[in-house]
Amino acid sequence: MKTLNRKLLRDLYGMRGQALAVAAVLACGIAVFVMSMSTMVSIRSAKESYYSAYRFADIFVLLKRAPNRLVERVREIEGVSAADHRVIQALTLDMPGMNEPATGRIISLPETERGGLNALYLRAGRWPEVEREGEIAVSETFALAHGIQPGDRIKATLRGRLRDFTVVGIALSPEYLIQTEPGAFFPDDKRFGVFWIRHRQLEAASDMEGAFNDLTLRLGRGAMPEEVIRQLDRLLEPYGSTGAYTRDDHYSARFVEDELKQLRTMATIPPAIFLGVAAFLLNISFRRMLVLQREQIATLKAFGYTNGEVALHYCKLVAVIVLIGGIGGCLLGSWMGKGNTEVYGEFIHFPFTEYLFDLRIYLIAIVLSLGAGALGVSGGLNATIKLVPAEAMRPEPPAKYRSAAFEKTAWYASLTQTTRMVLREIYRRPLRAFLMSLGVAFSCGILIIGNFGKDAIYYLIDFQYGLAERDDARIQFVEALSYPAIYELDAIEGVIRAEPFRAVPVKMIKGPREERLSVIGMAEGGELYRLLDENEQVIPVRGDGLILSTVVADLLQVSVGDEVEVHILEGERRKVRVKVSGLVAEFSGMSSYMNLEALGRLLGEGRSVSGAYLSLDSDQAESVFVALKQRPRVAGVSLKQATMKGFMDSIAENILRMRLFNVGFAITIAIGVIYSGARISFSERGRDLATLRVIGFTRGEVSRMLLGELAIVTLVGIPVGFAIGYGLCLWMSVAMSSDLFRIPFVLNLSSYGFAGVVILMASVVSGLIIQQKVKHLNLVSALKVRD
Amino acid sequence: MLPDTDNAPGFHNPSGAVAAPVFEIDSVTKVYLQGEVEVHALRGVSLELSKGDFVVLLGQSGSGKSTLLNIMGGLDTPTEGRVLYAGRDIGEFSERELTFYRRENVGFVFQFYNLIPSLTARENVALVTEVALDPMTPEDALALVGLTERLDHFPSQLSGGEQQRVAIARAIAKQPDVLLCDEPTGALDVETGVAVLEAIDRVNRDLGTTTAVITHNAVISDMAHRVITLSDGRIARVQENEKRLPPSDLKW
Ligand SMILES: Nc1ncnc2c1ncn2[C@@H]1O[C@H](COP(=O)(O)OP(=O)(O)OP(=O)(O)O)[C@@H](O)[C@H]1O
Ligand SMILES: [Mg+2]
Repeated sequence: MKTLNRKLLRDLYGMRGQALAVAAVLACGIAVFVMSMSTMVSIRSAKESYYSAYRFADIFVLLKRAPNRLVERVREIEGVSAADHRVIQALTLDMPGMNEPATGRIISLPETERGGLNALYLRAGRWPEVEREGEIAVSETFALAHGIQPGDRIKATLRGRLRDFTVVGIALSPEYLIQTEPGAFFPDDKRFGVFWIRHRQLEAASDMEGAFNDLTLRLGRGAMPEEVIRQLDRLLEPYGSTGAYTRDDHYSARFVEDELKQLRTMATIPPAIFLGVAAFLLNISFRRMLVLQREQIATLKAFGYTNGEVALHYCKLVAVIVLIGGIGGCLLGSWMGKGNTEVYGEFIHFPFTEYLFDLRIYLIAIVLSLGAGALGVSGGLNATIKLVPAEAMRPEPPAKYRSAAFEKTAWYASLTQTTRMVLREIYRRPLRAFLMSLGVAFSCGILIIGNFGKDAIYYLIDFQYGLAERDDARIQFVEALSYPAIYELDAIEGVIRAEPFRAVPVKMIKGPREERLSVIGMAEGGELYRLLDENEQVIPVRGDGLILSTVVADLLQVSVGDEVEVHILEGERRKVRVKVSGLVAEFSGMSSYMNLEALGRLLGEGRSVSGAYLSLDSDQAESVFVALKQRPRVAGVSLKQATMKGFMDSIAENILRMRLFNVGFAITIAIGVIYSGARISFSERGRDLATLRVIGFTRGEVSRMLLGELAIVTLVGIPVGFAIGYGLCLWMSVAMSSDLFRIPFVLNLSSYGFAGVVILMASVVSGLIIQQKVKHLNLVSALKVRD
Repeated sequence: MLPDTDNAPGFHNPSGAVAAPVFEIDSVTKVYLQGEVEVHALRGVSLELSKGDFVVLLGQSGSGKSTLLNIMGGLDTPTEGRVLYAGRDIGEFSERELTFYRRENVGFVFQFYNLIPSLTARENVALVTEVALDPMTPEDALALVGLTERLDHFPSQLSGGEQQRVAIARAIAKQPDVLLCDEPTGALDVETGVAVLEAIDRVNRDLGTTTAVITHNAVISDMAHRVITLSDGRIARVQENEKRLPPSDLKW
């Protein structure tokens, strides 16, 4: 078998262009697979070990104020293995170098050294001590954003009183893998921080002695979360509980799960497409090779090589190609996955993110590569090998040419001989021309997907922050205030406009589905926060109906006209039924909206407000912030511009990176497909072309004959590719959307243009290569030996 | 059954005076279906070959010579009739048995050489010797056909005649029991033609290889025990040679 292996290497070298094209396309698919899977595995394992080692809670309850003795009752509930009560308060911070206030939450730590559930990981410094007044630990992201070191002092307003704190430790918590201000969509490390202080101090500072307003529990094995929640709600309702919830409704935990889901999608759809294209390429190249090697196969058989040995020979050839692609893809994918994991580590805050080399991923990757190889080989090999040697020895009968109907038209008669031969070639092998066009179309589609992410994100930001939310700053009061509080804001010098809102936590129920979210009451005719439908038309906020975001409507499976049950989770805790009167297009967040007055009636409290949207005179913004900082009832200010800029900077880099990969892959695939196709045409017709040259056709005419076919295939493929790209993006937008985040389906014209241009360029380059080959076509040897 | 008419030196017949039939071909027909049309390539051919027999097949183009040879070599199966090799019916052979029949017993020289273009002359021969039971070395086989100088040339770097000689070296290298040659000298000049025929003759004499050679060159008939002429799928004439001429004595 030694000699046969030598033949294998020589054959491989002979078809190196095509082999590389196939391997490269395959490598792209495997790389995306390995990248996404390894990132997912790394993130998931970091998450799981973090959650379990630091005892991340299973159930969370927020309440107004409950006496500490209640905790014992909670621990008695069946299934509860541990319960921790805490005090959590909002903070506003006056950070040096920032005009606007930063906000934060300060969380009480149990008196024991390390605490119970949701334990902190101490990155630097030490634990705050009970005896030392004002010692706190700061979340790492906030510390990094402000350059805070242990020993630094921070001024913050807690419950209306300005206090001095001393930072003694820098910490991370499993509760804040994603550290986002409640209600904000973008994480903003500079303007939102989490702080920890010993329980007794926070109790005292916030008039909560002997009481708590936050409870977290861990469940034992086999516990029924629903049952525990039911009992908790019954027990804690009188104390202002907003309802117990699981990790599924925990913002940070859910966000991480959603990311993992997206990674899984990334590990399936794009690799599936790439591997499909690779298998397709391999298939057409391989079939072509079998045709060329028909007689060689017969010869091997005639000398006593068994069918199995011959099959093995060709399978080895394919295996070498796919293994080159597969291993290359694994290496590339690991490298990308490492980078990707680091990027994730920047906004999902683990104490450690270790990039895991999970052998199983690589095994699956190799199996996938071989699978693509098997698909590529399928269909041709068996039939050819089964041929009786005597039969295979005869060259394939001359191709049957038939005249097509169009050949009788005057138009056809007016064509040059070269053009006619091109048309006849396509007519004679419509399937091949079709497959080639399909290959071109798929690469074009993949190119379009490469730009889709960018189009979608920029549209989303434009839509949400250019058209819908147009406020400069958003004020949150410490509690709901009566309406005139708005006039006070309006009166601040530099505030152009203040529009009130009222946010109420609710549980919305429709049939078996329920979701926790907030209803936001808004004034009719507001300019600063507009509700828009999918066509970017403003939805007026009037009447008694509820306007749901499309995300929520989908989760609850309701549409306009349906009634939903709304359990209000504050005040009198009314349970009401409300009709859905509209749907607002939103790509993220769990919100619903209502007219401010109507919401007041629902709550039975008249017109109250929890905050306001402000538009500011940009020259006076600073003085506005100074004024706001002095108002004790202002719990927080968030700045859209500042938040967005931070976010844009971080995602822009990410998008650029991903786009670079996507487009790089897409270009590889486009070139792979088009080059292989052109190469196959050339090898199929090399002999004919040599004959034509011998009987006096010029090089130009002969190349035109080959390139004409390539041109037609490309030009047909591009528009079909636009349609495929459209479909693939639609699929991606659906598949990548999660509960919390939805990818809008938007494709810019320029993305189509880009794809079209790349395909054309790939064709031109392939054409040039083929032209070189025609130029160097050795007439004598082309005629002497087949292939 | 043929009397052994050969007295040339070096010949030996290991089985003794009267050779047992190696091939018994009985009323073999071969019909190719080409679309709607039936092509009758063989219309009932019967023939017996003994061990060590050297036959030459003559006949017009399309008379069925290659078809008969292919069937004898296990490359194709008859439509009707039986082909017994050493008493066993090749027509009944399974795919695997046929493969091993070819591997262990048959050496083939094809009309169109059928060299593997990606392998050198030496490698083309090695391809066969690697799976054969008792082969000579590729170098020895190529020396027999006078190609010592061309060991590492690829088929595209060889002339037609050289390619044909590689094909012959490849067939005789495995020292087969049966050597089937389809126009082995078609592309050769007299001198190399003689050299090639000598190689075939030597294998036939030294090893008692049963040999069948198709040719359009009637002169070659003189080196055979028997000359069979095919016409339109039938045996038209069988001629026994009184005396076999060594290739060097053939009159071209
Ligand atoms: N696979 C096939 N399918 C159809 N017809 C075939 C096939 N093989 C051979 N034939 C036909 O069978 C007949 C005999 O062919 P064969 O190759 O045996 O002729 P031949 O005597 O070897 O001719 P030549 O001297 O030209 O090589 C011819 O008419 C040929 O066209
Ligand atoms: Mg023939």
